[in-house]
Amino acid sequence: MKAKARFLIAVVVLGLLMTGPFIVTSFLVWVDMKEGERLMLTELLLSRLPLGTTMTLFGFTIGCFVLHKLFKQYVEGLLGMGEQLRLMLGANRNFRVKQEGPPEVQQLAQAANDLAAQRDALMSDVEAQIAEAKASVEEEKNRLAALMSELAQAVVVCNLDGRILLYNNRARLQFKALSQGPTSVAGGALIGLGRSIFSILEKNQIEHSREVIRQRLAAGKTPIANFITTARGGQLLRIQMVPVLAAAGEEGLEAAMSGYVLTVENITRSLEEESRRDQALHDLTEGSRAALGSIRAAVANLIDYPDMDVELRERFVKVVDDEASRMSRKLDQTMHDFADSMKSRWPLEDVLAIDIVAAAQRRIEDRLHLPTKTEEIDDTLWIKADSFSLVFALVFLASRLQDHYTPRELRFRIINDGKLAYLDLIWAGPAMSSETFYTWEGESLQAHGETSSLTLREVIDRHGGEIWYQREKAAHRAFFRFVLPVATPTAELPEERRSTGRPEYYDFDLFNFEDQTIDLDRKLSELVYTVFDTETTGLEPSNGDEIIQIGAARIVNNRLLKQETFNQLVDPERPLRPESIPIHGITEDMVRGQPNIDIVLPAFHAFCEDTVLIAHNAAFDMRFLQLKEERTGIRFTQPVLDTLLLSAVIHPNQESHKLDVILERLGIVIDARHNALEDAIATGEVFLKMVPLLEEKGIVTIRQALEAAEKTYFARVKY
Amino acid sequence: MKKILIVDDEPNIVISLEFLMKKEGFEVAVAADGDEALSRAAAFSPDLILLDVMMPKKSGFEVCEALRADPAQAALKIVMLTAKGRDTEVARGLAIGADAYVTKPFSTKDLVVRVKDLLGLA
Repeated sequence: MKAKARFLIAVVVLGLLMTGPFIVTSFLVWVDMKEGERLMLTELLLSRLPLGTTMTLFGFTIGCFVLHKLFKQYVEGLLGMGEQLRLMLGANRNFRVKQEGPPEVQQLAQAANDLAAQRDALMSDVEAQIAEAKASVEEEKNRLAALMSELAQAVVVCNLDGRILLYNNRARLQFKALSQGPTSVAGGALIGLGRSIFSILEKNQIEHSREVIRQRLAAGKTPIANFITTARGGQLLRIQMVPVLAAAGEEGLEAAMSGYVLTVENITRSLEEESRRDQALHDLTEGSRAALGSIRAAVANLIDYPDMDVELRERFVKVVDDEASRMSRKLDQTMHDFADSMKSRWPLEDVLAIDIVAAAQRRIEDRLHLPTKTEEIDDTLWIKADSFSLVFALVFLASRLQDHYTPRELRFRIINDGKLAYLDLIWAGPAMSSETFYTWEGESLQAHGETSSLTLREVIDRHGGEIWYQREKAAHRAFFRFVLPVATPTAELPEERRSTGRPEYYDFDLFNFEDQTIDLDRKLSELVYTVFDTETTGLEPSNGDEIIQIGAARIVNNRLLKQETFNQLVDPERPLRPESIPIHGITEDMVRGQPNIDIVLPAFHAFCEDTVLIAHNAAFDMRFLQLKEERTGIRFTQPVLDTLLLSAVIHPNQESHKLDVILERLGIVIDARHNALEDAIATGEVFLKMVPLLEEKGIVTIRQALEAAEKTYFARVKY
Repeated sequence: MKKILIVDDEPNIVISLEFLMKKEGFEVAVAADGDEALSRAAAFSPDLILLDVMMPKKSGFEVCEALRADPAQAALKIVMLTAKGRDTEVARGLAIGADAYVTKPFSTKDLVVRVKDLLGLA
């Protein structure tokens, strides 16, 4: 409109410009003229007025036309270009200004397009950089997780609420081994992403350690805190806490703690060993004082009063004799009782003796080109050894033997003698003098160019062992016997089948997660869920059918955690229906001897704590759980979402809402189906796909989801 | 003549202490446990008591506390003998009123010096 008004003004101005000077000039001339001249001029002009007017009008029209043309091209054209530029700036990045109009406008358009191209290039570059940075952060996270998972220490990272953001495999196994009672059924149910560490460790102690760290940070000391705690089952854990500090903010500001890393070590065994050692030490020191006191006093009297009568002298001598033999007995007893704890503190590992021998054989054959054989071998014998120095010692002896006696071959023997292991290095040949052996014993180990700072004797001492030279006269051969402590290997924590793909032991996005107690008005994507499925003996819970398997997985932060699962067979304490066996694939043999529902249900309940339950056709599964409420006292009070009903909400016009059909409809490919855990995982995948679909329908919170589900037709079908 | 009460449940040390103290010219009595120590202390009214810590019935600490609580025994000197050499126990013995604390094994000469010292005989 404004432009139009300006156009009209321009037209008026044009009209004035064309007529104005003529009229003004005429007026001035007119005023200046005499009467006769005026008449003459009037006559002259009036007769030619039509022509003049026509010419003026013609000129004005052409002027208007030109004006209009200019207006179109320069004003409206630029206005249009302005709009296009806006479009390019906002809605459609790829839009380009049309090059039209006069050359000046075209040049402007060209320049604008060039600017846009430059901007696009910059933006793409920034986007690429962002993507790259994201990828590298992701890669770093993965590398960290991979590193953590390989650590021999148990590591758990928590946010300030005590929610677990990361844990490694060792931590899972550690806590799994600790968990006793109902949760052991679940297997590591205690530890999980987003779960509270306080279910495992004492909250007060954690809070106290945080306070210690806060104070140490404030004082500029290394922020670290240690504590020892008793876990379930009386196991002692040494916990070390270090803070996770937010990236340093402004200069001079104390870095804020955003979480903490806990390393957990089970020290029960080492503490027991230590206290045994202490006990032995105590027995030997304080235990000897009384006896030594009596001896010393008696001896002093004997020396100081040499002229005492015979009877008294004999009594003092007897005191010395008594106490001395008492002390000897005590010493023997202590050594016997604490033999294991008195051993060297050098870090020895439990190894199979046969592995030591095999390694020594390989090296002797490779380096010394001396054939070796084994004789009597106890291949189940574990010893405590520093395998490197022990193998070196064997090779060293072999090399010395080769130099001095050139035996044709060497043989090895491993014998188990209760607490001690005998490892013999045997050769046939002439007797060697014990002096030679003592010399070798004191030499630094060296063989085939390799040397060690340790002597053979030192290696043996480190092992708390012994070595000697012995002849087998009858067989015309001799051997060196290594005596080494036998190890009782601790049962290795069972290595679990690793699922392929990225480990799910961490989720750093949880750093900023608030407390996760269930609030019905929270977004579906923010909550923690347990997706579960049950297998049962049949379809009629009220008619005595029972649960035979519960499978469940967790969804945290919109991610299905396939490593944090619950998978437990249940003894239904009644025969299975033969017709149901092909469906769930669970046989009588599989359920007999499994815990019954009284044991499994509390464990499952603990697994589900603080989460929303999800099941496909949840009403069916919940019915089974509810029927056990009275007997077990376990109630599942949390909200329950049903993927069947949610499917009906999303696709009200579809006929089938069976899990298989939904999987296909949503384009989800699942490896295997039809055991409880696999079905639970499938249900979880379905749910995750449904969240955005529900959002499209305006269903964002869990309350809305529950309400929508209730209104569907299927919700009215009751069991 | 100053009187010394020896309290220890180990006859092998009692025999030496008894002999030693008699040789040094003291009148000596012996008790083998904490209860006996208290009754002997009352009857014998010693000037000094050599008191073992680890004894049946009453420990040396208890005996020491009981004696220190008795105004009649205010002048009594108490030397504790112990097979425990920890600083903490020494501190406890001295804190509850022992005049000296001697750890087994000990030098008999030193013990005699300590005893005479405490009795003002040095």
